[in-house]
Amino acid sequence: MRWHQAVPQLSHPWVSLQSKNAPHSQGEYDVYSTFQSHEPEFDYLKSLEIEEKINKIKWLPQQNAAHSLLSTNDKTIKLWKVTERDKRPEGYNLKDEEGKLKDLSTVTSLQVPVLKPMDLMVEVSPRRIFANGHTYHINSISVNSDCETYMSADDLRINLWHLAVTDRSFNIVDIKPANMEDLTEVITASEFHPHHCNLFVYSSSKGSLRLCDMRAAALCDKHSKLFEEPEDPSSRSFFSEIISSVSDVKFSHSGRYMLTRDYLTVKVWDLNMEARPIETYQVHDYLRSKLCSLYENDCIFDKFECAWNGSDSVIMTGAYNNFFRMFDRNSKRDVTLEASRESSKPRAVLKPRRVCVGSKRRRDDISVDSLDFTKKILHTAWHPAENIIAIAATNNLYIFQDKVNSDMH
Amino acid sequence: MLSKGLKRKLEEEEEKEALEVDAWWLDPGHPAVTQAPPTVASSSLFDLSVLKLHHSLRQSEPDLRHLVLVVNTLRRIQASMAPTVTLPPVPSPPVVPSVSDNLLASSDTALSASMASLLEDLSQIEGLSQAPQPLADEGPPGRPTGGAPSSLGGLDLLGPATGCLLDDGLEGLFEDIDTSMYDSELWVPTSEGLKPGPENGPGKEGAPELDEAELDYLMDVLVGTQALERPPEPGR
Repeated sequence: MRWHQAVPQLSHPWVSLQSKNAPHSQGEYDVYSTFQSHEPEFDYLKSLEIEEKINKIKWLPQQNAAHSLLSTNDKTIKLWKVTERDKRPEGYNLKDEEGKLKDLSTVTSLQVPVLKPMDLMVEVSPRRIFANGHTYHINSISVNSDCETYMSADDLRINLWHLAVTDRSFNIVDIKPANMEDLTEVITASEFHPHHCNLFVYSSSKGSLRLCDMRAAALCDKHSKLFEEPEDPSSRSFFSEIISSVSDVKFSHSGRYMLTRDYLTVKVWDLNMEARPIETYQVHDYLRSKLCSLYENDCIFDKFECAWNGSDSVIMTGAYNNFFRMFDRNSKRDVTLEASRESSKPRAVLKPRRVCVGSKRRRDDISVDSLDFTKKILHTAWHPAENIIAIAATNNLYIFQDKVNSDMH
Repeated sequence: MLSKGLKRKLEEEEEKEALEVDAWWLDPGHPAVTQAPPTVASSSLFDLSVLKLHHSLRQSEPDLRHLVLVVNTLRRIQASMAPTVTLPPVPSPPVVPSVSDNLLASSDTALSASMASLLEDLSQIEGLSQAPQPLADEGPPGRPTGGAPSSLGGLDLLGPATGCLLDDGLEGLFEDIDTSMYDSELWVPTSEGLKPGPENGPGKEGAPELDEAELDYLMDVLVGTQALERPPEPGR
């Protein structure tokens, strides 16, 4: 696959939707719509400011002409409806062009109003605000396949909401210990199964995954399945637990597998096998010898997301230095690409990058010591049906497209 | 761990020391492990973790994941440093020793001694977490600000003190207020003006802890006004 770069656009605490501004100009992207999803709030009881920073965005399955999405900050989830208007009616009988009522004596004939094209207008309106459901910081939201419910997870609890009901939610997972001193593990991510609306998974800071069945009990504290890989004694260090903390979990489109991201690897798990993952890919193993420095500067706590392509044959995740990685599960080949203005021009093909660790160094290689750890690609997304990916790099959003193979292979 | 022949620049010597910490506690049979001075290696990682813990706890809303990971890592370091040491809690104010103290220790004996005192402090800290502790840096002057982190016990405060109705225990906020002081006739209500409590109301964080200067002032007021009729109660 050869990846081309679209024009990078700006992204910030606002939710920014992107689209092509003209169908014939390939690879040119403009901002489609921008709106402020959350405002800073003040919790008077705790004397705390709640940041407006958005943690997660999830699209709902489209059920009519409008699009809907959920966005969340640390405490409040909002449902937004996005509608387009590109036509407007003209030729009213009783109103003039400005909307003022006409003097009836001037109306001498009847006309049928017609729809005329107009400049595209995108309207975004808040439809629901789901507040006061979480004591701790929300880290994930996931829409259920029933299209009626969704769940939100914070560090210790997971709540189930109905999309139409804002004043009530059901707590389905609670791992808060009776004595907070006994707290050793927190929830890091969660997701509903893509087909079975009763199943969901959540990951923990200790690297375990728990698959839960909502039919089994109202409070899903007992997992149906526990996925955990035993620690490798030869690579044990003080940082073993931190690097095993799962930062993201995603079901495959087929529903058969799960993808997890921890600090150094991405792993594919088969739902039928709890003992260990079926595939493990090294994202940036050259960092294994630098864990102490990364602990010192807190980079070891960075949370990277991961993504499947539409056919579940390729997985993708971000790394440092604006690099992102793709792993082909069938050919076992992997590639490192870079998202930056300097290295790509519009419609340019992205060149594979390489990080060298030893003395053997090719011309365009980057040495481990030159990596920029402030340039992190934490958020990546893959179009569910096409070979188009979105990469978030600090203040920029890149959209890349595979020109050679626009369909899934 | 530094076996791959990486070039180290001069300004990265500090990083090299930190990296050697990683190497020190791994399998010492590893061929490439550089032998760092043991005191610098072990204690700097411990100190770093304690610093991170303090920093995390000082946030008004700590990032639980970060906190839990740091605490667990600290426990691992602690366990590997002195696995056989069991210490009774010592009722002295906990003070985290500075890095320089550890750098001075040059022998294994001195290392054990400094480690023991650090462990003592840490278990003391964990023991104190049962008692109500203010999480904020503010406090009566003279008390070391970093000296009393309440580890995860202080996180109890996150539970009840919230507007979230899903969480029970709003009554818990008010349980431990001793109201007998308000029933007493001699108590001067102006004490409320002396120490305005935080916005988040009474409870463990806001329990009036008047220091000596304020008590003295109160005594003066009481003695001075007792001869007169009882003053009107302001603010009620």
